[in-house]
Amino acid sequence: MLSRVADAIYWMSRYIERAENYARFMDVNFNLSLELPPYASQQWMPLVVVTGDLSFYQELYKKADKDTVIYFLGFDPQNQNSIYSSILKARENARAVRPEITREVWEQINHIYYLVKEGREKKQWQKRDPRKFFMEVKKGCQLLYGIFNSTISRNEGLHFGKIGQLIERADKTSRVLDVKYHILLPTPDVVGSPFDLIQWAALLKSVSAYDMYRKEYGKLIPANISEFLILDKSFPRSMLSCLLEAEQSLHTITGSNGGYSNAAEKKLGILTSQLEYADIKDIFNAGLHEYLDDFQAKLNGVSSAIYETFFSLNALDRWRN
Amino acid sequence: MSKINFDDYETIGFYDEMFDAEKNVRPHYALFKKRLHQMGARKLNFLQHSTDRAQLSLGMTFNVYNDNQGIERILPLDIIPRIISGSDWDALEKGLKQRIEALNLFIGDIYNEQKVLKDNIIPKELVLSSSTYLKQCEGLKPPQNVWCHITGTDIIRGEDGAFYVLEDNLRCPSGVSYMLENREILKRTFPELFEKLNVRPVYNYSHNLRDMIESLTNVSPASIAVLTPGIYNSAYFEHAYLAQQMGSELVEGRDLVVKDDYVFMKTTKGLLKVDVIYRRVDDDFLDPLVFRSDSMLGTPGLFEAYRKGNVVLVNAPGTGVADDKAVYAYIPRIIKYYLGEEPLLPNVQTYICTEKDDLSYVLENIDKLVIKQTDASGGYGMLIGPRSTKAEQEAFADKIKSSPRKYIAQPMINLSRVPTLVNETIEGRHVDLRPYVLYGKDIKIIPGALTRVALKKGSLVVNSSQGGGSKDTWVLD
Repeated sequence: MLSRVADAIYWMSRYIERAENYARFMDVNFNLSLELPPYASQQWMPLVVVTGDLSFYQELYKKADKDTVIYFLGFDPQNQNSIYSSILKARENARAVRPEITREVWEQINHIYYLVKEGREKKQWQKRDPRKFFMEVKKGCQLLYGIFNSTISRNEGLHFGKIGQLIERADKTSRVLDVKYHILLPTPDVVGSPFDLIQWAALLKSVSAYDMYRKEYGKLIPANISEFLILDKSFPRSMLSCLLEAEQSLHTITGSNGGYSNAAEKKLGILTSQLEYADIKDIFNAGLHEYLDDFQAKLNGVSSAIYETFFSLNALDRWRN
Repeated sequence: MSKINFDDYETIGFYDEMFDAEKNVRPHYALFKKRLHQMGARKLNFLQHSTDRAQLSLGMTFNVYNDNQGIERILPLDIIPRIISGSDWDALEKGLKQRIEALNLFIGDIYNEQKVLKDNIIPKELVLSSSTYLKQCEGLKPPQNVWCHITGTDIIRGEDGAFYVLEDNLRCPSGVSYMLENREILKRTFPELFEKLNVRPVYNYSHNLRDMIESLTNVSPASIAVLTPGIYNSAYFEHAYLAQQMGSELVEGRDLVVKDDYVFMKTTKGLLKVDVIYRRVDDDFLDPLVFRSDSMLGTPGLFEAYRKGNVVLVNAPGTGVADDKAVYAYIPRIIKYYLGEEPLLPNVQTYICTEKDDLSYVLENIDKLVIKQTDASGGYGMLIGPRSTKAEQEAFADKIKSSPRKYIAQPMINLSRVPTLVNETIEGRHVDLRPYVLYGKDIKIIPGALTRVALKKGSLVVNSSQGGGSKDTWVLD
């Protein structure tokens, strides 16, 4: 497969996953804001913080009210990571790899594109309840994964796409978990209160983990929730499970069985085993926020290594030697 | 429900493809007309609407890019097909084959022996001074001696109902993907008509294209790539479409590298040799070492690899010399010269100003003719006689007299018209026709074409940039 094409499929999947996750964030946060006491109902800033685009946001906007944050994360073309921008870029990438994907995949990406384009034109962020829109974006993306999985051969393209999706997903799950760190509680003694628990539950819901978590642990306990989202091996959106799957796809591409044959496999392998051998108590002792920050930085390192190994113009020489 | 009727339909002053001058329906349109009556206007409009949606969801768009958001346009597809009788088509096909065969011999001759110039069939200077003549191709003999593998010839039907060639597109003719996708959409729109009408199929164009391309190389299986300028090119939809239909790679210049005069693709697993490149990048941009040095679209060393016979380029570089406007006027003579046959498919009457008799006719009738500058395109350097002032005509006459080689003249032509859906009614609109000719071991023409239609009332301009649209073209058995 052409290096440029592999790169484009990788990013196409990342952008779709990003758009889906942003749609989840907003859906859940909107829900949450309806249930919270008035003094806490306007917590939209944390969403911007976890996306990593806070300073850019502050350059553009003075306040972080509901409409502005939803506009910024959902529809703002200036924000390179907004749902609108992500879908636009996913579609450009899909266009660039049009011969590598099926007509069905292409038509579904087109469908999502027109959905967000219309959403922007109809100023969805000013609607009293924009949840229906975000739900449609989420479903549109999930339908796309289904079509992708059931129409694309298990070839390199599919695996590069999966790796892109899984790395993005691991990153977003770590950021969702970090939201809790940024949501302010009025006083320390609210920890463990119903208010606190509503927030934890919302967090689980934003990655569709609520039902599976309940089945696994029953009670809502912060350490367990963190363990579930970071270290669970079987929940498809946990950070570790994303890495394990990505690792498999990478091995399929290179044909190696265990160990590593290039920098990408090496970096991903190290990060995966760090999680495999991690204990939630140690993570909490080190500080959850710091741990997640560190994870995101290392994940970026994996992404760069994948680029250098497979996509960059010099990649060929590196493979050869 | 309003019925479709043709009571106010006009057929005077030009050839109408559906009705004769007395408004009798032509036989090959009869069944279609009956069906239109049954359908009614609202249903037809509904079908038109879903066609527009289908084009969008298929991403059948071309880009007018200003920034990275761009403006996407569809080439509007009018659902009323243009129907051509089998006998008309068969005659057209014969004429096209003859023409392309002669043009191919001409190109090969121009870059090698130049017999046609030595025998004074066409003025030497006129050919060698053409901007599309490539000195770099002198002495080249492409595989099977075929240069123009893919041709899209623009055909019109005149007031007399006969077909005329308006232009030969021998470089990177586009639009064939619209021919194929329009057909897919129309099959969904009028399924029962396809069942009854025996429309000749076009679906095997991509197979034929691939077969033709493979016939140009001894390598089997051949590694084939479609070379595109990239997603911002207005014909990108087509490049991606054809690559996908042929199961070949879609590459940009930066995906290729030349080593030891062989061409390779950069893949995730190293370099992969390429045997044939169906290039949709113009000659000038193919290789910065040989042509435009500022071009980023091509690949350094590509032309040398081609010269050495290590890669096949489709179409061959240099074919543009035969679709120059000045050369066009000589094509009937070129056909006679190489094949010893009378041209089956006439040119539009063209007056060559370097010929004494033609020149005096042109100067005497300048108010009735369209004068075209041979080295200009896109409507520049033109005089439309009937719509010009005396002063303009005199200025042009002076120009023609001082450099007759730079001008040709043609009569004004009223393109034929085809019924077209206009807000729940049907009106005639002017059309042209672009069939596609494939030339490998032999010449193949798929029985279908892109019909371009001027959607604006009275307009003769079918270009997509000027409010043109397209129609599916049905050739009946």
